[in-house]
Amino acid sequence: MWKYLLKRVILMLITLFLIASLTFFLMKLIPGSPFSAASKLSESQLAIMNAKYGLDQPIPIQYANYMINILKGDLGISFQFNNTDVTQLIMNRVGPSATLGLQAMIFGTIFGIFLGVIAALRQNTWLDYGSTLVAVLGKSIPSFVFAAMLQYYIAVKLGLLPVAFWRGWEYSILPTIALSIFPISIAARFMRTEMVEVMGSDYITLARAKGASSFEVAFKHALRNALIPVITVLGPLAVSLMTGSLVVERVFAIPGLGEQFVKSIQVSDYPVIMGTTLLFAALFIFIILVVDILYSIIDPRIRLSGGKN
Amino acid sequence: MVNHPEKRFPKEMFEPAQIDQSLIEKIEKPSLSFWQDAWLRVRKNKAAIVSLVLLILLIFMALVGPFLSGYDGEVQRAEHSNLPPRIAALENISWLPFDGTLTSRNGDTLTPYEDKRIEEYYWFGTDGLGRDLFTRLWEGVQISLLIAFLATALDMIVGVSYGAISGYFGGRVDSAMQRVIEILNGIPNLVIVILLILVLEPGILSITLALAITGWTTMARVVRGQVLKMKNQEFALASKTLGATDLRIIFRHLLPNMVGVIIINTMFTIPNAIFFEAFLSFIGLGLQPPDASLGTLIEEGFKVMLLYPYQLLFPSIVISLLMITFNLLADGLRDAFDPKMRD
Amino acid sequence: MKNILEVQDLTISFHTFAGEVQAIRGVNFELKKGETLAIVGESGSGKSVTTKSIMRLLPKSNSEIKAGSQILFEGKNLAELSDKEMEKIRGKEISMIFQDPMTSLNPTMKIGKQIAEPLIKHQKVSKQQAKERALELLKLVGLPQPEKRINQYPHQFSGGQRQRIVIAVALACNPKILIADEPTTALDVTIQAQILDLMKNLQKKIDTSIIFITHDLGVVANVADRVAVMYGGKIIEVGTVDEIFYNPQHPYTWGLISSMPSLDTMDENLYAIPGTPPDLLNPPKGDAFAVRNEYAMNIDLLEEPPMFKVSDTHYAATWLLHPDAPKVDPPVAVKRRQNKFPEMNSVKGGK
Repeated sequence: MWKYLLKRVILMLITLFLIASLTFFLMKLIPGSPFSAASKLSESQLAIMNAKYGLDQPIPIQYANYMINILKGDLGISFQFNNTDVTQLIMNRVGPSATLGLQAMIFGTIFGIFLGVIAALRQNTWLDYGSTLVAVLGKSIPSFVFAAMLQYYIAVKLGLLPVAFWRGWEYSILPTIALSIFPISIAARFMRTEMVEVMGSDYITLARAKGASSFEVAFKHALRNALIPVITVLGPLAVSLMTGSLVVERVFAIPGLGEQFVKSIQVSDYPVIMGTTLLFAALFIFIILVVDILYSIIDPRIRLSGGKN
Repeated sequence: MVNHPEKRFPKEMFEPAQIDQSLIEKIEKPSLSFWQDAWLRVRKNKAAIVSLVLLILLIFMALVGPFLSGYDGEVQRAEHSNLPPRIAALENISWLPFDGTLTSRNGDTLTPYEDKRIEEYYWFGTDGLGRDLFTRLWEGVQISLLIAFLATALDMIVGVSYGAISGYFGGRVDSAMQRVIEILNGIPNLVIVILLILVLEPGILSITLALAITGWTTMARVVRGQVLKMKNQEFALASKTLGATDLRIIFRHLLPNMVGVIIINTMFTIPNAIFFEAFLSFIGLGLQPPDASLGTLIEEGFKVMLLYPYQLLFPSIVISLLMITFNLLADGLRDAFDPKMRD
Repeated sequence: MKNILEVQDLTISFHTFAGEVQAIRGVNFELKKGETLAIVGESGSGKSVTTKSIMRLLPKSNSEIKAGSQILFEGKNLAELSDKEMEKIRGKEISMIFQDPMTSLNPTMKIGKQIAEPLIKHQKVSKQQAKERALELLKLVGLPQPEKRINQYPHQFSGGQRQRIVIAVALACNPKILIADEPTTALDVTIQAQILDLMKNLQKKIDTSIIFITHDLGVVANVADRVAVMYGGKIIEVGTVDEIFYNPQHPYTWGLISSMPSLDTMDENLYAIPGTPPDLLNPPKGDAFAVRNEYAMNIDLLEEPPMFKVSDTHYAATWLLHPDAPKVDPPVAVKRRQNKFPEMNSVKGGK
């Protein structure tokens, strides 16, 4: 177990290093200086700006500085907000994004699992078809279209909830729903498949043969076994939430990481883009690792054998 | 225990019966080719068939739609800006959005056609620059589909070859190739796509490329798994003993046996690519004006959603339809091709 | 001896996309107290469906026990009980052992808990008492170190051990009937013998009646008192072990016996029954076995044979037993056995 964990952590660090390098060099490939495109700076002003941000040094030195700074937790200085630390900018924005992401993840998976279990237990009834419909729509309708729809009909037309911004819990309801529709659909589909398969297995028949009621069969025997594989989709789901948050935050004008990221792309603020990218990548790798460990803790079949490949 | 009624039967009844020997070994089901079998299964899936029909319709409209309204999608007419949708035959049906009126935010009904004395009918209305949205919508669908199909084709070519080579040669080649995939999978797709597009400048080609670069690993993994499973089966070994080259075995014997999985995978990649293109446009990394794609139309529509909701409505409906039909069709194909479902 | 279970005119259909599959077409048999009844037949003959229907374990969504079917157990018709009433019978009065021990235990539940579950459910004992009883049961089925192993998960046991655990689960509440659905088929031959021995010993100790399903006649000879042979959703011959093994009457039973390898048939080719099982979507008219039967007569293709009585305990559904039927020569292997039958019969009946 420990050996496996160590191996995973090392692989994780290597990947992060590669991503950081990749980000750096790709940014260097972009033609021109970040100041040349939009501004009307003269040659000398440009040189001053470049010197200020260390862009006049040879690339290997810039690279070394960049990597050392990352280790120190310093992601550079933003171009768009003069002299602001990227790390600071990101820290300021993490709150709303994390709240939104967690809410959507928890609500999405729980509700999705619930839908999936119901569909599996009531196969080929309207409950099943209904949950399948929700799943297909949730998987198909792009999150930004869904977010815009919610905003227009529920907030603007009906006035039930705030249209935008981030000033209290009720402001997070619509964005959470918009963001969780994808996890709901994926969790529901996956759960239904797993549950149907488990309900057809021999040990469920044996449980029924023991005289267990259908409630006991479903929730004492089947649910746990069907839930274990669902853990494997939690990682990809969390990642999809990062993608979703970029657009949902934009639709609802929420001052989160995603909204800042989109703005930075539009004004080519490379340090912020690079910093956020790195953060996303690190989070992604970390989540996948956590999910793997969780899986091996929960499933007794792989608990002792030390990870499954 | 039930017992026999001593019924009498004519003598000849107890003579040996002539039994047609062919009946004994009769095969109950007619033999079907792979495609016939798959088609029979898909046909049973109503959702998939409806999706297929809708999809064909949408693709047809993407090709023909831009020529139907008679307006050019790039001609700007400032005096015709932001006109709501109006269709001649449907304009008197009030619950349809085609009556040429708008509702302002304070609830008043606006009639821009009458106000500006415009005789023309713009079926899906016009945008802020007075361009016909009907034409632009189908042009956008065209571009979105083009990007999706191109990216998926690239995906398939790279993924299938990579997976087949990795699985077939095995050993060190395989483990090296698998490490590459592992590391690529360790990086979130979103990050790669965004970085690539920043570097390459947004455009059809760069978006396609970015999508393909991140998408092929799934296909490679699936194909590798299949090759690993099949390469030691008798038909492949037989061909090897007959002196077939490795390439011939891979392409003539192994790949045709995985057409099913490859198709299923492809069918799931296409909606994914459509989504990602729109997503990129929505965060400002999509096509640049005046090119239209579903993503850019949605993004432009979103900006004026409160005033002119129809500009967001139509592209949203079309992209949702495209995604739903592709997903349902892919689901149907997966059920049809899945060997586990075969009885 | 008293009948503990009587099955009368059991008819079961499955509704599939292709149509109605008539899996069981009027099955009658009884189970006596303390006896072991073996039900023999090839796959698809309906033996598993029959026993699953006794437990009412068939999927509700697509299976149907037809009206008029009777499964009488202690005066109740199990075919008509509600789900709640059935739960009180399953695991308590009637319990079941399945074919594949590798899949029939819940992989995420400790085996102790799995054994204790029916005890807590049916006998309302405390957790502690249930655990003690589980330990006893594990000792009874011969699992070494039960104190330690009671807290382990199924994947930590071998196939044979798991089948012992499944047997312990089945015996937890001292059921009156134990249904064993091919309990040894998935096991290695050496383990098979151990499990069979275990079941025979346990039956002596706890006096349950056993329905033993198998397609392996060798196993039948080992464990059963009586044998019912199923074909095409019907019982076509039923009798004591000796009657079925040494005086079979139905051509299908002949086929089964001839295809069984034995030491004195070493130099001969093994017999194989030609053809494939009948299509129960459109069951054939007359005798379902007729098209595969080299002794088939015209009447076999037209009329379904009734059960003809051979002795008080022995019945067979074949027109060959009709007084008008010609005398036929059974296969050599069967004849050899039939020659031994009279002398055996004079000694004793039963196993």
